[in-house]
Amino acid sequence: MDKLHLQKIANEVRKGIILSTHSAKAGHPGGSLSAAEVFTYLYFEEMNVDPREEKAPDRDRFVLSKGHTAPGLYATLAQKGFLPTETLHTLRQIGSILQGHPDMKHIPGIDMSSGSLGQGVSAAVGMALAAKMDGRSYRTYTLLGDGEIQEGQVWEAAMLAGHHKLDNLVIIVDNNGLQIDGAVRDVCSPYPIDKKWEAFNFHAINVADGNDFDQLKAAFDEARATKGMPTAIIMKTVKGKGISFMENQVAWHGTAPNDEQYEQAMAELEKAGEALCQK
Amino acid sequence: MPEIKKIATRESYGKALVELAGQDDRIVVLDADLAAATKTSLFKKAYPERFIDCGIAEGNMIGVAAGLACAGKIPFASSFAMFAAGRAFEQVRNSVGYPHLNVKIGATHAGISVGEDGATHQCNEDIALMRTIPGMTIINPADDVEARAAVKAACEHSGPVYMRFGRLALPVINDTPGYTFELGKGVTLKDGKDLTIIATGLCVSYALEAARGLAQDGVNARVINIHTIKPLDAELVIRAAKETGKIVTVEEHSVIGGLGGAVCECLSEHCPCRILRIGVNDVFGESGPAVKLLEKYGLDGNGIYHKIKTFL
Repeated sequence: MDKLHLQKIANEVRKGIILSTHSAKAGHPGGSLSAAEVFTYLYFEEMNVDPREEKAPDRDRFVLSKGHTAPGLYATLAQKGFLPTETLHTLRQIGSILQGHPDMKHIPGIDMSSGSLGQGVSAAVGMALAAKMDGRSYRTYTLLGDGEIQEGQVWEAAMLAGHHKLDNLVIIVDNNGLQIDGAVRDVCSPYPIDKKWEAFNFHAINVADGNDFDQLKAAFDEARATKGMPTAIIMKTVKGKGISFMENQVAWHGTAPNDEQYEQAMAELEKAGEALCQK
Repeated sequence: MPEIKKIATRESYGKALVELAGQDDRIVVLDADLAAATKTSLFKKAYPERFIDCGIAEGNMIGVAAGLACAGKIPFASSFAMFAAGRAFEQVRNSVGYPHLNVKIGATHAGISVGEDGATHQCNEDIALMRTIPGMTIINPADDVEARAAVKAACEHSGPVYMRFGRLALPVINDTPGYTFELGKGVTLKDGKDLTIIATGLCVSYALEAARGLAQDGVNARVINIHTIKPLDAELVIRAAKETGKIVTVEEHSVIGGLGGAVCECLSEHCPCRILRIGVNDVFGESGPAVKLLEKYGLDGNGIYHKIKTFL
């Protein structure tokens, strides 16, 4: 799939994020928007997944360890055909399958329930270990927040993954620089992030712009070519990316747009979409 | 009189895993650097390629077990009860309970009979913690025979199971020809009409001992073994309350939230009656030989007998 096509999909994913969090009057748009490109890249380029065979034993696995950015994942699953797009309107509503955090029991295409930070990455390690034990070729991907890596469990999981040389596992850190209480470097600095993963026997790849598909492709290709150790992709992104008034604003970590903000955000995304169509 | 065979249920756990693994290649075993103590070392020796030592990191071990279950394995995650249920409570709740994954937790060294290690390692709270998780099955076997049967039943059951095992060697009381184990079904070991002693785990054989003492005083106690604490065999418990009027629960666990809690919750709604809860009375344990501790905390046959005499 060419870059322009991926960009168009990512723009639709952003619309899904804005639409669903606006409908819910709650949710986490900031970290969903920063990851719109990586969600799109994973589901439309990197991973072997098919909504017609959502439980195929050899499908690649994805665990959203930073589960609060479910609106981004749900919007991507809708684009990929796992969910009807209309379902996005039901996010966080009573009776909806779209729980505030991913729920594998009810949402098609979700490989693991997640949301309590630090836990998804352990499950991803378990999936990758199972593939090694069974000689299966599927790969496992998990997306973490840069605040999430303050959780000790992340490093317990990292130590085990490095120990078992899980080269079928890719950990992605969405380094958008912000967490609820402020900048990650001010709250409890996780830096240097790459050196930490290297110290846990990972191959670390820094991506200067994680909202750029060319750079994502280079990183995921390098991860695939890496043998004998797991890979950590640390991608610098912009929290709230694509919505002018949300970018790099910590307040948009867990706040939904009101009606006026929704109109403005959707207008910006329509305009971005039109610009992509003229390319 | 022949010497009574004594086996610790942790030993039964290790042996049962080896036995079952030969019949089901989905079984994998995880431990957190306690394989020698939890007896998963037996499995490790027999099936090294299906054994994962997670190191001293119980929270991660539970999460890894969840991931393995997602991929179709039947993982048995093993550690001391303190760490499996205590430290990793939230991982069990969110990564195993909420998605109702097919993870089995083998929690050894439960209760004060851990002995010399003392209060930090004596988990008297695990049953209470695990009971609060929707869909969790909890088994607390009374001896070697029941422990092995419990591991098999856990393996055959689809969904999360918490199994509680002990460090102390226990008399084998279930090695009878007709023995069967049914998940969720209590076992009436002795009939009686004056009161019912409902016991679980290590306390079952002590409860039988206490009942023998009571019989000598002319008190005819019914004794029920509840190996599955959740789901509780409510029918059996209610029938005992209706027929014998008075209930005594006995467990090597806090009197809060364990078997005693479960029985009180059930009977207060369905058949209110006088109930005595015997267990660890909302205190921490301490160091000492296991048998001496059980005596000191009134959980041996003699202690149970005297508490029941006062209650009557």
